[in-house]
Amino acid sequence: MIETYSSTTPLIVVLLPVAAALLVLLTGERFRNVRDSWSTIAALAMVAVVASMLPDVLAGRVPQTTLIELSPGIDIALRADSAGMIFGLLASCLWVLASVYAVGYMRAEHEQKQTRFFTAYALALAAAAGVAFSANLLTFVLFYELLSLVTFPLVTHRETEAAIVAGRKYLAYTLSGGLLLIAATAWVHMLGIDGTFVAGGLLADETISKTTSWALLALLMVGVGVKSAVMPLHGWLPSAMVAPTPVSALLHAVAVVKAGVFGVVRVLVFVFGAELLREMNAWQVIAIFAAATLLIGSILALRHDNLKRRLAYSTISHLSYIVLGVALLGPIALTGALLHIVGHGVTKITLFFVAGAINAQTHKENVSQLDGIGRQMPITMGAFTLAALSMAGIPPFVLFTSKFYLGWGAAEVDQQIFMMIYLISGVLAAGYLFPVVYRAFWKSSTDHMVYGEADMRMVAPLAITGVLALFLGIAPNLPFSFFDLASEVARTAFDQGIPITWGAE
Amino acid sequence: MLAALIAPVVTRLRYELGFIIALTGVGLSAIVSAWALFHVLDTGTMHYNLGGWAPPVGIEYVVDLISAFVAVIVTSVATLVIIGTRRWADREASDRLGSFYGLVMLLITGLVGMIVTGDLFNLFVFLEISSLAGYSLIFLGGGRAMLAGFRYLILGSIGGLFYMLGVGFLYFSTGTLNMAETQDLLTNDATARSVQAGAAFIFVGLGLKMAIVPLHLWLPDAYTFAPSSVNTLIAPIMTKVGAYAMIRMFLSVFPDGYLKDALPVADALLVLGLIGIIFGSVAAMSQKDIRRMLAYSSISQIALIAVGVGLGTPLGLVAALLHIMNHAVMKATLFMATASVRFSSGITQVSDFSGIGRRMPLTMGSFTLGAIAMVGIPPATGFFSKWYAVQAGIESSQWAVVVVVLASSLLTAVYLFRILESAYLHPLKLEPSHSHENPEEFGETEQKLTFEAAAREAPIDMVVPTVLLGVATVVLGVLNAVIVIHILEPGIA
Repeated sequence: MIETYSSTTPLIVVLLPVAAALLVLLTGERFRNVRDSWSTIAALAMVAVVASMLPDVLAGRVPQTTLIELSPGIDIALRADSAGMIFGLLASCLWVLASVYAVGYMRAEHEQKQTRFFTAYALALAAAAGVAFSANLLTFVLFYELLSLVTFPLVTHRETEAAIVAGRKYLAYTLSGGLLLIAATAWVHMLGIDGTFVAGGLLADETISKTTSWALLALLMVGVGVKSAVMPLHGWLPSAMVAPTPVSALLHAVAVVKAGVFGVVRVLVFVFGAELLREMNAWQVIAIFAAATLLIGSILALRHDNLKRRLAYSTISHLSYIVLGVALLGPIALTGALLHIVGHGVTKITLFFVAGAINAQTHKENVSQLDGIGRQMPITMGAFTLAALSMAGIPPFVLFTSKFYLGWGAAEVDQQIFMMIYLISGVLAAGYLFPVVYRAFWKSSTDHMVYGEADMRMVAPLAITGVLALFLGIAPNLPFSFFDLASEVARTAFDQGIPITWGAE
Repeated sequence: MLAALIAPVVTRLRYELGFIIALTGVGLSAIVSAWALFHVLDTGTMHYNLGGWAPPVGIEYVVDLISAFVAVIVTSVATLVIIGTRRWADREASDRLGSFYGLVMLLITGLVGMIVTGDLFNLFVFLEISSLAGYSLIFLGGGRAMLAGFRYLILGSIGGLFYMLGVGFLYFSTGTLNMAETQDLLTNDATARSVQAGAAFIFVGLGLKMAIVPLHLWLPDAYTFAPSSVNTLIAPIMTKVGAYAMIRMFLSVFPDGYLKDALPVADALLVLGLIGIIFGSVAAMSQKDIRRMLAYSSISQIALIAVGVGLGTPLGLVAALLHIMNHAVMKATLFMATASVRFSSGITQVSDFSGIGRRMPLTMGSFTLGAIAMVGIPPATGFFSKWYAVQAGIESSQWAVVVVVLASSLLTAVYLFRILESAYLHPLKLEPSHSHENPEEFGETEQKLTFEAAAREAPIDMVVPTVLLGVATVVLGVLNAVIVIHILEPGIA
């Protein structure tokens, strides 16, 4: 049984990055070492605070902060339920590494306006934590919109023509998505329904007409679909690649697209619920969009020589793994989807860290230029190899675990075709990542420059995340019980007595 | 009691030590309005009979929650703006500061009078006082402002005349000018043709004051060419009071539902409002002069108020009233920031905002907050009026309202983020690409400043009000539920 209790802890989690942002802003460029340490300190503190809620959450006691009313009858409320904890833990852990990496990268590349950069970065984490812990639709919309806003200066950071165009595109997509969410939220409230998220669906017990529920589903899914880059709403993501690499890491692994797929979880599981979606026959529509994105994303990734762009399409494909997993409406598939959020976060951040490190060190950005790089940057490319193996779903890497559950989940609901699609896309992932590894280690370099490893502040984080991609596959419950959290969400969402446990099969 | 609202303003009209007196006057009336608001919250509506004559014979002033609320907004925004534009006034009206502040006081007297009056004819008097003061202030700009002001004068007078005629028609059939009594009489019998005609005339007259499309023609030029000290004051509050008067007609002059059923005034407001939202935003996008852009943006935002009124539901009115506050604060922020930028660099063209964000961080920071609020990103104020408007639209199944209000957010983002983009992401330009200032307007001072100053942060007494207004856009947004629950919902019930 889940019970909530009043606590300020979820609020503290959101405020920590805000405090960091203020300190960064006040410290300024002159004391840049002090400034840059604020992010890491706040990130560590954030991990500690989020983790401190873990025992309670696992025991079924959920901390909740209720702030003032935002609109009559609707509070700003933050609640660290199991689903929120997954996203919160993932974002805060990756922020620790990303903050260290970002310092190394920004200095190596001599990027301008670093104070603004680190301020916006910290604020993005605050918004992400807010998205994770939102207890109702309006709070969710609030942080979702703020996230779009504070990431805008990051996307346009380089201030080039391309960056500004990408920034406009990014804002146009994400703000439009946010507006649809606002419309849907207003509508839910006008139906006299409380917008507080309920595992199993807040609309589940309401009598609403078929047209209304379809319209709401369309508004909400397109709204969160923009950030989860489901085709045809994905256009902003590849263009946003012009931003510095730590921003790509933030967009792809830590906060933004994860907020999108997390939104999908919230909408499908906590707003509609499996029963209503089955009744509406709506899940097939979502599943078809997701499956198409999954395949097309992988195929497009094969075509791109630019490494970051290839990774971007890989992200698009992998996000739809998650969307599809949620849409299948089975407990096992949902567990797999939630694990995939974590696994993809850890794996993709490694790949981006590597791409950034190579770029900072050699100014190469195309796959075809990477011949022989593995011998010059062995740790970096080693981490890349680990991540590539994980992406392809090779056991015992973390994405194998999640894909295993996703595939099993598809079989559980008798949708073997989707299992096939998962498998095909896994092969395609190998197809677009293994050649990079092959070139790096087995081909010999064509240019005569000799490069070494990048700055330690870049190499150490990417090595850690690379190893994590393996480690989380072997022990997904360590250190933060990601597996138990995911199965707990599935259990409450589908009202099953016995949770799926790790290692019992 | 109520004389306190107006007295300090009127009596000190002719003093020559303009600024201090104006400030005390407006500041006092802000404090009194705030006090009145709390008083009304405690004890209910206040009535005051001017000259001791009991209504309906005498002129009655009524302060209920709504009028106290609007009065607080108008006077406090005006206070901040008067502080913030002092330096502009010194520059623009140096030789006639006395009459400048005299006119400012008259303007505010007129506006506050319109807000608190309970008498239809008295409202006309105050309307004309504020309008005349407004025209004269715009004339201070000289040059093209003369033409703009003259156009405003003609159209404004026509508007006043229409309103006057409307009131006349009402008087034919009711024999009273007191609002409350008019409403009582009309509730019993409102079938007379003259009542309908009156309603129509009042609607057109106030519509002109509000600048509802297609009655907006006076506004862009007036805001663009007026002196900076004037447009910063007029833009946030003047049209809002017109909108307030319109709401007043719905709430306390015509019987409930009359303006919807007997005469399609509400529908007209709704349709014109929807058109206005789109028209204003689209027109704003293509403007090169930031003041002109903000003027069109005002047309769009006022149209949102019109939509809320037009919906006529309690939620719609909440949206409209809340947007009166929101837009006053947001527009004041944007105009103050614009005035500050122009003050320290002479920049008025959107394209010249390049890189200014680095040089004037506080001013442009406030501008950013104002812009975010205008776009309607929570928790800034602008979001919530849109939120209630969308809810009201859903409630009455007016899907066009939902779509247009949401779309307007995007359109607003297009024209405002253009400025932010150029202020923060483009390199600083030291010289303006071309000066559109009429050289006769400010002569050498302006030109010299442009080249020398290379944009520094504005003086502290301009920055502080700007920042306060900017911060208010967020604070009021967070606190909106308090305002809605305690002031607006009981106020319109």
